[in-house]
Amino acid sequence: MADVYPTPTPSDGEIELPGDTMIAHKHTYESVTDRIASIVLNQLGQPLPWYVMTGIGFLLLNMMMYAIVYLLFKGVGIWGINEPSAWGFDIINFVWWIGIGHAGTLISAILLLLRQQWRTSINRFAEAMTLFAVSCAGLYPLLHTGRPWVAYWMFPYPNILGMWPQFRSPLIWDVFAVSTYATVSAVFWFVGLVPDLATLRDRATNGYAKILFGMGALGWRGSATHWQRYETIYLILAGLSTPLVLSVHSIVSFDFSVGIVPGWHTTIFPPYFVAGAVFAGFAMVITFAIPLRKLYHLEDFITIKHLDWMAKIMLTTGLIVAYGYAMEAFFAWYGGDTYEMYMMKNRMFTGPYAWSYWVLIGTNILIPQLMWVKKFRHNLVILFLVCQSVSVGMWFERFVIIPISLHRDYLPSSWGYYTPRPFDYMMFIGTMGQFLFLMFLFIRFLPMISIFEMRELLHHEQLHKHDDHGHDHGNQAPTDTETVTPGANASH
Amino acid sequence: MSHTTNTLPLPLYGMVAEFDNEEDLIAATRAAKAAGYQKIEAYTPYPVHGLNEPDVLNLQDWKIPVITFLAGIGGAIGGLALQTFTSVIDYKWNVGGKPAFSWPQFIPVTFECTILAAALTGVVAMFALNGLPRPHHPIFNAPRFELASQSSFFLCIEAADGKFDREDTEAFLLAQHPLAVSEVEN
Repeated sequence: MADVYPTPTPSDGEIELPGDTMIAHKHTYESVTDRIASIVLNQLGQPLPWYVMTGIGFLLLNMMMYAIVYLLFKGVGIWGINEPSAWGFDIINFVWWIGIGHAGTLISAILLLLRQQWRTSINRFAEAMTLFAVSCAGLYPLLHTGRPWVAYWMFPYPNILGMWPQFRSPLIWDVFAVSTYATVSAVFWFVGLVPDLATLRDRATNGYAKILFGMGALGWRGSATHWQRYETIYLILAGLSTPLVLSVHSIVSFDFSVGIVPGWHTTIFPPYFVAGAVFAGFAMVITFAIPLRKLYHLEDFITIKHLDWMAKIMLTTGLIVAYGYAMEAFFAWYGGDTYEMYMMKNRMFTGPYAWSYWVLIGTNILIPQLMWVKKFRHNLVILFLVCQSVSVGMWFERFVIIPISLHRDYLPSSWGYYTPRPFDYMMFIGTMGQFLFLMFLFIRFLPMISIFEMRELLHHEQLHKHDDHGHDHGNQAPTDTETVTPGANASH
Repeated sequence: MSHTTNTLPLPLYGMVAEFDNEEDLIAATRAAKAAGYQKIEAYTPYPVHGLNEPDVLNLQDWKIPVITFLAGIGGAIGGLALQTFTSVIDYKWNVGGKPAFSWPQFIPVTFECTILAAALTGVVAMFALNGLPRPHHPIFNAPRFELASQSSFFLCIEAADGKFDREDTEAFLLAQHPLAVSEVEN
């Protein structure tokens, strides 16, 4: 692959950054802006893998479109669901995708409130990941209904039927929760983009690009009065998104825990689901961060330190999830409820799906323990593979919860079995295609790192260095902007 | 707020000084405020907190938090009202033996409506108070203003300011050691 984006310095491997430094090597406002904006303005063309991944995503998306259209014509019978397993891949994938989305909001909102500077270089694409994951997830509640064309009945509108939605059901709470989550995330993301769109508007040379970015930028001119209000709402949105993300996955967990099915009806679900969502989400963020930083030479901004912290959060939430599994088993044993005890025995040892439970334990609990070791956290191959293990593991967690509990509940004569069929797989892999396609379009057409926040971070770091070392690392903007090449340092 | 009876727009919008770092800009803005100028504005590529200080631009917005909070309350009341009307008044029915006004079951939707209303209203309020979208503004006529969203920091003293005088203001701005001082046409 031709090296489309030049490396800023001789490759000296990954350097350990001292203390609180978040940006490797010397940068100026100009170089930070240039490095990120040049990807979008296509000044150096896109690397070949971008074309490959976008192409693959597009093909898989088309496969999904076929699966959806066939579903609309034929109905949910084309899937493997049956009685008693009325929910299968549809709901497993819904919860999996929504869970993945939560890391984006956590990074954007919660880490902002906790004043963690390291969120700066990852929050934009993590938030984009949230939006696209929610778009993939949202397909399922819509399409798994028997008559998706009347799915609008789930919203409370005055109608001639005289009917209203069942507000006492978690399924309707889901409708409101996921809709609100999608809307607020989109709004938060867009608000964060406005100043960067202004940057792109000002840098674009192509007339159409300038107009489109200009429309998105809404006339932003960087006025201090505007910035002050902007920061106010940004903080408020972060403060609103935090309880939102916690509530959304709790409400999703209510889809199960409010029901009386053994294996579902347990109070551990809301916190365990939320932790699991963060776990899966960070795995996905790292999955993207590792190749993207290499491909677009963003190692100065998304450093080993960032990956290290993300791995640590992943480990922590993985431990919470492990606690959740242990508690489920404990509740079943300690509670003494026949049905729940049987459910646990069936799930772990005697049932036809017991293999999946141990796959779950291996991928979700055992393998992530590698993250205790710093050397492994810093080894990008191992880190990447552990993240794939977590993604698979979190999928299996929902598999263990849904079909295993459904196929054998209270009445033995109703027991059954769930086997996914080709259309289940087509739709699932198709949603991955949708996700890939949207992510790569985003990478191409919008700044994947928040440029203005990186400038702020740069200034913050320069201030610290100034205090510590007593000599001036002040930013010197080159007087002739055309001669600045990506990553070039204005002063040595 | 102009003291003159001139109803035509001024040919000059103001004078602008360009800096390459925020500290110089803050110092210059503070000096401008101290010198008695009132219609001053700073343009920066990222939010500069030093400009919000009382002795600089004195920027404190209380409207957005209040509007957002009130909208949130409205959303909560609206969500609860929606559920109460639909499930308790209009089509009252027994679900699982719960009382008609089963408020614990109404909490999730109420909560989501609160957040949605607060977030959307807050964002709309922020853009509205900022006067955005606004495709054109005279400041874009300033030379090199495209750098305001990239790497430069601008201080603008508007011609509509009572103390504005083309030569004096230019001299004042030059005394702040900027990269450049320029006129901005309207």
